[in-house]
Amino acid sequence: MTEETPKKLVELKDLQLYFNKGKANEVRAIDHVTFDIYEGEIFGLVGESGSGKTTIGRAILKLHEPTAGEILFNGEDVTHLKGKALLEFRKSAQMIFQDPQASLNGRMKVRDIIAEGIDINKLAKNKSERDEKVQQLLKLVGLNEDHASRYPHEFSGGQRQRIGIARALAVDPKFIIADEPISALDVSIQAQVVNLMKELQKRHSLTYLFIAHDLSMVKYISDRIGVMHWGKLLEIGSADAVYNHPLHPYTKSLLSAIPVPDPEVESLRKHVAYDTTVETDGKERHMIEANPGHFVLATDEEAALYKSQQSL
Amino acid sequence: MSNPILKVENLHVNFNTYAGTVQAIRDVSFDLNQGETLAIVGESGSGKSVTTKTLMGLNAKNALIPDNSRLMFKDRNLLDLTEEEWQSVRGNEIAMIFQDPMTSLDPTMRIGMQIAEPLMKHRKMKKEAALARALELMKGVGIPNAEEHINDYPHQWSGGMRQRAVIAIALAVDPEILIADEPTTALDVTIQAQILNLMKELQKDTGSSIIFITHDLGVVAGMANRVAVMYAGKIVEYGTVDEIFFNPQHPYTWGLLNSMPTTDTKVGSLVAIPGTPPDLLDPPTGDAFASRNEYALAIDLKEEPPFFRVSDTHYAATWLLDERAPKVTPPVQIQKRWTRWLEIQGQGAQS
Repeated sequence: MTEETPKKLVELKDLQLYFNKGKANEVRAIDHVTFDIYEGEIFGLVGESGSGKTTIGRAILKLHEPTAGEILFNGEDVTHLKGKALLEFRKSAQMIFQDPQASLNGRMKVRDIIAEGIDINKLAKNKSERDEKVQQLLKLVGLNEDHASRYPHEFSGGQRQRIGIARALAVDPKFIIADEPISALDVSIQAQVVNLMKELQKRHSLTYLFIAHDLSMVKYISDRIGVMHWGKLLEIGSADAVYNHPLHPYTKSLLSAIPVPDPEVESLRKHVAYDTTVETDGKERHMIEANPGHFVLATDEEAALYKSQQSL
Repeated sequence: MSNPILKVENLHVNFNTYAGTVQAIRDVSFDLNQGETLAIVGESGSGKSVTTKTLMGLNAKNALIPDNSRLMFKDRNLLDLTEEEWQSVRGNEIAMIFQDPMTSLDPTMRIGMQIAEPLMKHRKMKKEAALARALELMKGVGIPNAEEHINDYPHQWSGGMRQRAVIAIALAVDPEILIADEPTTALDVTIQAQILNLMKELQKDTGSSIIFITHDLGVVAGMANRVAVMYAGKIVEYGTVDEIFFNPQHPYTWGLLNSMPTTDTKVGSLVAIPGTPPDLLDPPTGDAFASRNEYALAIDLKEEPPFFRVSDTHYAATWLLDERAPKVTPPVQIQKRWTRWLEIQGQGAQS
């Protein structure tokens, strides 16, 4: 690379998170996952339900305790933070949830929902400073001042998601995990929220982990993309590389399933079935850099094969 | 070759609530032709689900439908049916696939039995015969090892498999009309692809007509023969699938097409429709979309646009099509679609 390598903000090193470890019903929700998120980028994580993408987001924010492996944030190990240090860490890393109905307390006014992080971290000296901050945040996400004294049920889905974004921004974080932030919204509103998130990212130089199953939206918003399946990260690369020159057969299958708003393309689209034996045959596989910055989970032979099959 | 099996004429549905009367459906008319798939697209609150509930006679008790509304199916006005008469239509001549397979299956009843139930009720089949047919249906919708799973309960199955069971129930009695209300919205894309393929194949075999409700234009492009776009309780544009995708005329249709990224949408070119849909407690005068429409004309705020003819199969309710209206330039993405339309037309003329 000619440019200097961008700074790593989040590093996952061989992260494992097993539920019911050692029991018959053990679930390997995160199975030896390693990747980095660079400062200022939008990293998209895609996969079907049950692939472990949400668990990764939650593990980074310490909502789940990892079984093994390391999570570094800004170079510091945050894998086993507790108490004050955890509180401090969560000031720099925040989350936007999928369901804006369920993630806002229906008995709190919008002002208090947004200011909760400000209160907990004592970021406002007095009430007027707190109110002023809330008003700035409301304006930032495209709501107006008198919305502060209302309750969540008085808002539409898109507006509620804006409140969720304002709450996440209240503590002035560096890093935001957005877990399916638009899945519950209407098409015309989805675009509004995505555009808002993109604009905020630029203005506040935020870094996002954008988790979603809507592949076209992830492609649109992300700089780099990771594809997950059954707890494993199968492929990682720039949005363009993963979408236009996919390596792993699972990625190809996933991409072939996206319906395109174009009847002519649709009449030709064929869904490619995915043969899971490349994950279940028990061979040793690791991340191989097939092209610069574009990795695939494979054996050496498979990687060579995938590369030869890659569309150019 | 239009041969309507269902004619919806001047449908109005109002709901009396404490806050006032919600005008959920405001004068909707459309035909469903034999063997076709008609997609109804729109946002939540546009009235697409109320339309289908009305077609199934499943509206809430506070729904008011004026006398001049007509749903003509086989020389009968469905709106005149009593609840008892409805029971021989619902799930028999007109069947429905719901969005959420978890809530539309009975959690306490074995899946085989749920598929056999409509056969026993409508076809008066004996239990054994009905269960045998249920097994065939389960195989037909692609449930692996159906014999082993006929006595399973819904919670033992994944979402995609459950939705297959729901489809098997809907198809059990060979309905003439199948209403699919967002049948794949709750599913993963790979599973969605399987279910949509399945529906297409089954339609080929049975020749049933499908009303497909969705907000996903990608799904519409792959499934529909014709498309009706709904906004604020009205149809604002309808036409064949090619006409809607390549020659859209209504600014709302433009907005919908533009707010969905395709996998090659360039950064910064995703255009959102500003604002939110109107409150149907008190619908605005004139064109309901005017307040969110950058192409709105002065008349849009005063008078509701009638349908303007684009072709014999394509109509749009926008004043932009009036001959007195100024020529507007649609968004770039739409211009591209129009160019494609001219190319397709050109190919058609040559062949």
